[in-house]
Amino acid sequence: MTLTPVQTLIIILMATLGTVITRFLPFILFSGKNGNHPYITYLGNVLPYSAIGLLVVYCLKDVNLLKSPFGLPEAVAITCIALLHYWKNNVLLSIGTGTIVYMFLVQRVFQ
Amino acid sequence: MNEITKALKAAFPHTIPVFTGFTFLGIAFGILMNTKGYGLGWTVLMSLLVFAGSAQYVTVNFLTSVFNPIYVLLLTLIVNARHLFYGISMLDKYRDTGKFKPYLIFGLCDETFSILCSTNPPEGVNRNWFMFFITLLNHSYWVLGSALGGLLGYMVSFNTKGLDFVLTALFVVIFIGQWKTQRNHGPAIIGVLCSVICLIIFGRSNFIIPSMFAILAVLTVFRKKMTGEGIA
Repeated sequence: MTLTPVQTLIIILMATLGTVITRFLPFILFSGKNGNHPYITYLGNVLPYSAIGLLVVYCLKDVNLLKSPFGLPEAVAITCIALLHYWKNNVLLSIGTGTIVYMFLVQRVFQ
Repeated sequence: MNEITKALKAAFPHTIPVFTGFTFLGIAFGILMNTKGYGLGWTVLMSLLVFAGSAQYVTVNFLTSVFNPIYVLLLTLIVNARHLFYGISMLDKYRDTGKFKPYLIFGLCDETFSILCSTNPPEGVNRNWFMFFITLLNHSYWVLGSALGGLLGYMVSFNTKGLDFVLTALFVVIFIGQWKTQRNHGPAIIGVLCSVICLIIFGRSNFIIPSMFAILAVLTVFRKKMTGEGIA
């Protein structure tokens, strides 16, 4: 544990606040007579896709392509996930297999 | 009381897939928290209050680095930006839910949303109690799964190196799922490209906020084009 208990609690409350804001905001903004503003509707439609793209990059931010193992465990695991997901279309199977493949690679192959 | 039991019985079958998924991901989250040095109490508290898988996984990174609450808030906002869309979609369904409304909105995660927007209660079942139980059951699975993971973390000591990858796998799977259902891949490509470019320019500790602004800017600039291609 690197943060103090109070700091940990603040971090958890911030994550709660952020989540609560994203869930309640539309109901606060567009309750009653307020119709949907076209621009907000547009962002609500496109942001989910961009945000997941950002997240994938965020998760891979520490991968160093210039140093061994050159991002190979990530590349192999993500390829497995993509192939499996296109083939079986089963969220849990894809996530489970991808994670096991990755753990095997970083624990046994590229130590 | 009979009305309540009836709603619970009607709600439960719809939540079985979520039970499976949340147990698996909840356990993984509990174990992950454990490997970072956080015990059962913290895990349960976070799952109870935040109740958002991706946000919680991201938050774990901020428990083991420099104290940065504003980043956590901003990151949670962008991680959960898709909830804005869920909210807009549920405005009508949640309109007359009365005392249930605050909790229904609080618990509107991806899975609950996907069930509630596509399912109506059977004849004779109270709609508000039905939606309440679907939300509550999903919430419980997530908290119990996390607790189980937190407990397993004490008892099982297998090599968990690489377990964090379950987060990356989750987002990759969501990304692919969205890719398959969308005709226009513009927003996904904009998200990845802006982030990669900002990562190269600003470095890995400072690229998230610039990425958010870049994404908003590019999406705004291309609004006409995106709308023309049938996204909004």
